[in-house]
Amino acid sequence: MTDASLSAVLPGFPQMLKGRWGVGGMSLTVWLGLLGVLLNRWARFGAGWGGPLDHQIASLTVVAGLLGAWGWSMFDVSRPAEMERSGIGQWSLTARAFKKNRVAVIGVMVVVWIYLIALITPLIAPHDPATQASLLTARLVAPGGEFPLGTDHLSRDVFSRIMYGARISLSIGFIAVGISVTIGTLLGAVSGYLGGWVDTVVMRFVDMVISFPRLVLLIAIVALFESNSIFLIMAVLGLTQWPGTARIVRGEVLSLREREFIEAARALGFSRRRIILRHVIPNALAPVIVTATLGVGNVIVLEAGLSFLGLGLQPPTPSWGSMVSDGRGYLLDAWWISTFSGLAIVLTVVAFNLVGDGLRDALDPRLRT
Amino acid sequence: MTTFIVRRLLGAIPLVLGIATIIFFVVNLAPGDPALRFMSPNMSQEAIEQVRVNLGLDQPIPIRYVRWLGALGQGDLGVSFSHNRPVLDVIKELLPNTLLLSVSAIGVAFVFGILLGILQAVRQYSLLDSVASIVGLFFYSMPSFWLALMMVLVFSLFAYELQWPIQFPGTDIQSVDYAFLSPLEKVQDRLLHLTLPATSLALVLAAGIARYTRGSMLEVIRQDFVRTARAKGLSEPVVIFKHALRNGLIPVITLLGLYLPFLFSGTVFIESVFSWPGMGKLVVDAITERDYPVIMGGSLVFANMVVVGNLVSDMLYAVVDPRIRYD
Repeated sequence: MTDASLSAVLPGFPQMLKGRWGVGGMSLTVWLGLLGVLLNRWARFGAGWGGPLDHQIASLTVVAGLLGAWGWSMFDVSRPAEMERSGIGQWSLTARAFKKNRVAVIGVMVVVWIYLIALITPLIAPHDPATQASLLTARLVAPGGEFPLGTDHLSRDVFSRIMYGARISLSIGFIAVGISVTIGTLLGAVSGYLGGWVDTVVMRFVDMVISFPRLVLLIAIVALFESNSIFLIMAVLGLTQWPGTARIVRGEVLSLREREFIEAARALGFSRRRIILRHVIPNALAPVIVTATLGVGNVIVLEAGLSFLGLGLQPPTPSWGSMVSDGRGYLLDAWWISTFSGLAIVLTVVAFNLVGDGLRDALDPRLRT
Repeated sequence: MTTFIVRRLLGAIPLVLGIATIIFFVVNLAPGDPALRFMSPNMSQEAIEQVRVNLGLDQPIPIRYVRWLGALGQGDLGVSFSHNRPVLDVIKELLPNTLLLSVSAIGVAFVFGILLGILQAVRQYSLLDSVASIVGLFFYSMPSFWLALMMVLVFSLFAYELQWPIQFPGTDIQSVDYAFLSPLEKVQDRLLHLTLPATSLALVLAAGIARYTRGSMLEVIRQDFVRTARAKGLSEPVVIFKHALRNGLIPVITLLGLYLPFLFSGTVFIESVFSWPGMGKLVVDAITERDYPVIMGGSLVFANMVVVGNLVSDMLYAVVDPRIRYD
C-alpha cells in the first residue's frame, strides 16, 4: 500500500510510521476524533447549519478540521522529498528542537484538542449547560450513566458544563494575553530603544504596577464596577498582565539596539517607528512568545480565582472557577462538582505550561530552567 | 549596607505614594455608593445627608484625597465602615494571622522546594527527576483554592467519615473550645488548624521553587570550581551544599521577593476557603461591602509588604553572594 492511499484513509499514519509521530499523531487523532463526532452526531451536525452561531461554528470546525487533517497529510506524502530540507532559518531550527521534546509535543496536542472541544461543544455535549433536569430526581447525581460526571446542586450536567466552560476560560486567556503582549511589547521596545526619560518613566511605572497587589486591583475593579461582563474581565486581566512582558522586551532591546543591523537601519535613514516595528520587535519576539504561552495558563487560573470569589461571569454561564465554588457547599455530598471542574483547569494550565517550557527550551537555551 | 537600606527606603516613598494614589482613585471613582449600607428607605433626607457628612463622603474627591493622604502621613487609616473601628486596629488584629499562615507556608516551601530541587539537579534525568518534574508541574499549575478544597475533602471530610487516626480541621484558625484547652493542647490545636491551609499554599510555592532551584543548580554544578572542589577531595555533601548551593541559591532568592505579591493572592483564596481570619479575607469582604477605608488600608499594607520583600531579597543577595556590595 502506498503512502498516498494509506494517507487517504488514515491521514497522519504514514508520517507516524516514518517517526514523525508528533505531526502525524495530531492529524490522525483529529481525523479519527472528528470523524467519530460526525458519525455519532450526524443529526446535530446537519441541524447545526441553520442553528445559532456557536452551533454553526461547531459544524464548520468539524468540516474544517477533517479537511485540514486530510489535506495536510495528502500534501505531505505527495510533495517531493527535496522540499523537506529547504531552508534552515531560525524558525525551522526552533521547530526541529521543539519536536524533539516529547512532553512539549504532547502539550501541543492537548492544547489543540482542548480548543477543538471548546469549538465543537454544541455538537458533543450530552446536555445543555444551563438546563436543569428534574430537581427531585436528578439533583447531585453521582457520576455514571446519563451524567458522565454527575450533576450539580441545580441538577445540571457537570460534564456538559465543563465543556462549555472551556470556551470562557480559553477565550479569556487568549484575548487577555493578546492585550498584554501587545502593550508589553510596544512599551518595552519603545522604552528600551529610546532610552532616556521615556525609559525612566515607563520602567518606574512598570515597577509600580508590579509591586501592586494585582489581585486586589482585579477584585476591586470587578466588584466595585458591579459588572459581570466578559469584556471587562478580559480587559482588566490583560491590562494588568503586561509589565512582565515589557521588562523582558526592554532587556532584549537594550542589547539589540547596539547591534550592527540596527545601526545599518539607522544609517539608511529609516524612521524610528520603522526601526522599532520592523527591525527591533521581530528580533525580540522569542521571549515574548514564551511569556505569552505561560501567561495563558496564568490568566486562566486568575479568572478561575475571580469566579471562585463570586466575581466572575453572570450565572448560569458555566465557568470552571464558579463551578469549583458551587461545589464547595456540597463537598461531602457531591465531591465530583469541584473535583472535575478543578481538574479541567489543571489539565489546561499544565498543557499550556508544557508548551511554554518546550518553546523556551527550543527558542532560547539561555532561559532554560 | 546601612546607607543602601536608607537609600532604598527613601526610594520606596514615591513608589508607595504612587500605589496609594492608584488605590484611592480606583476605589473612589468606581460607581456605587458606600453610604447606602447605612440607609433605609424610610430615612429622612437630613439623616441621609448626615450619614454622608459623618463618613466624609459629602466632600469632592480631590479634597477627600488630600485629607486621606494627610491622615495617612500621621499613621491614621481612617475608620472602617463595617467594623466601626479604626482600620489600623482591625489590621493590627488580623495581620499576625496572615503572617503566621504565609511565613510558615513560605518557610516550608523554601526548605522543601530547595531540597527537592537540589536532589533533582544532582540526579538529573533519573526516574526521581522526571517524576518530580511532572508532579511538580501539576502542583505549579494548580489553582491554590482548588488544591485547598481537595485537601479539605480528603484530610478532613473523608478522614472523618472513614475515622482516620489523624483528622485535620477544615475551617477557622482555632477550635470553638479553644479558651478551655490546656496550654499544650492550645499549641496542638493551633498547629492542627494551620496544617491544611499552610500545606496547600506551600505545595504550590514549593513546586515553583524546586523547578527554579533545579535549573540554577544544574548550571552551577557544571562549572569549573565545582570540579575543582571535587578534585581536591571534598566529600559530595560539602561540594553540593557548601560550594554549589551557595552559588545556585542567588537566583532562587529573587523568587522570595517575587513570591510576596503572589503569596497575597494565595492567602486571599486560602483564607476564603478556610475562613481564616486574616488580611486577605478582610480586604475581599471589605470590597464586597464597599468598606472604602479598609480596602485602601489593606491594599496599602500589601503593597508595602511587596516593597519590603524586594528590599529583603536585595539584602539577602549580599549575604549569599559576597561579591555583591551595596556601597
